[in-house]
Amino acid sequence: MVQINGEVQDVAGMKLEDYLKENDYVPDHIAIGWNEEILPKEEYATKFFCDGDIVEIVGFVGGGAA
Amino acid sequence: MKKTDTFKLGEKEFSSRFILGSGKYSMNLIEAAIKNAGAEMITLAVRRMNTKQQENILDYIPDNVTLLPNTSGARDAKEAVFIAKMAREIGCGNFVKVEIMRDSKYLLPDNSETVKATEMLVKEGFVVLPYMYPDLYTARDLVNAGAAAVMPLASPIGSNKGLATKDFIQILVDEIDLPIIVDAGIGKPSEACAAMEMGAAAIMANTALATAGDIPAMAEAFKHAITAGRKAYLAGLGRVLERGAAASDPLTGFLRD
Repeated sequence: MVQINGEVQDVAGMKLEDYLKENDYVPDHIAIGWNEEILPKEEYATKFFCDGDIVEIVGFVGGGAA
Repeated sequence: MKKTDTFKLGEKEFSSRFILGSGKYSMNLIEAAIKNAGAEMITLAVRRMNTKQQENILDYIPDNVTLLPNTSGARDAKEAVFIAKMAREIGCGNFVKVEIMRDSKYLLPDNSETVKATEMLVKEGFVVLPYMYPDLYTARDLVNAGAAAVMPLASPIGSNKGLATKDFIQILVDEIDLPIIVDAGIGKPSEACAAMEMGAAAIMANTALATAGDIPAMAEAFKHAITAGRKAYLAGLGRVLERGAAASDPLTGFLRD
């Protein structure tokens, strides 16, 4: 099992690139934290989910303070 | 006086002194707010992205506007550094506004963690704009840490209560050799103007616009107020009498003489 943005998902073994495409993520609009490390964009194409991975997919939203 | 009145953050020069927040209003108003504000910098937050999200805020921000991601949500320096790095990895520059709060009731910044985060982020090559409680010693530490500016709060975030910390911001303006950008709590254009008259380098506002009746119109009102305050500061304010009065009419040639 893999935890993505706080949700447990059954995607172990799946390619990250395929997951992003399937869920309409635009690589230019996101950053990915992988087990508390930043995943460089150039690794999106070669990365696979492993059991136990904790992944955060973030992007910009409106904000000023707090 | 210089011909063009600009200020520098990192290697970038800005002529607009209005930093716009983008929170709490719809994306389709952002373009109009930026245009009417004449803003060259806009703040953004970093959050988990929902899947199947169709709209992205970046599509509404013109390319010539510098993005200033904040680290909101961070409770300590380590979390702020991680959020800043995630923001940079999205690929929109190396500016960051450090915001660290441990308290969700008053949302006051944690000055000591802010200094730590600033030191760490400057070493990582970021242009760091730390949001802070206006304290002279913290401001000096931020200068030593390599901050590009200091962002003292005027009053609690989102309160629209104006320049509650006015006297302490003035101390920073007088003593700190970095742009002082007044952030948080500015609720009216007149308050933005007052802060600029005091010598602030710029104003950051969000809630004052987001909760206004007409957001783009309020953006324009702020732009004019900030410009007016800046001009007044450069012109040098007239003196204030301790007591009594001083006529501005001639004191001779009265008709009764």
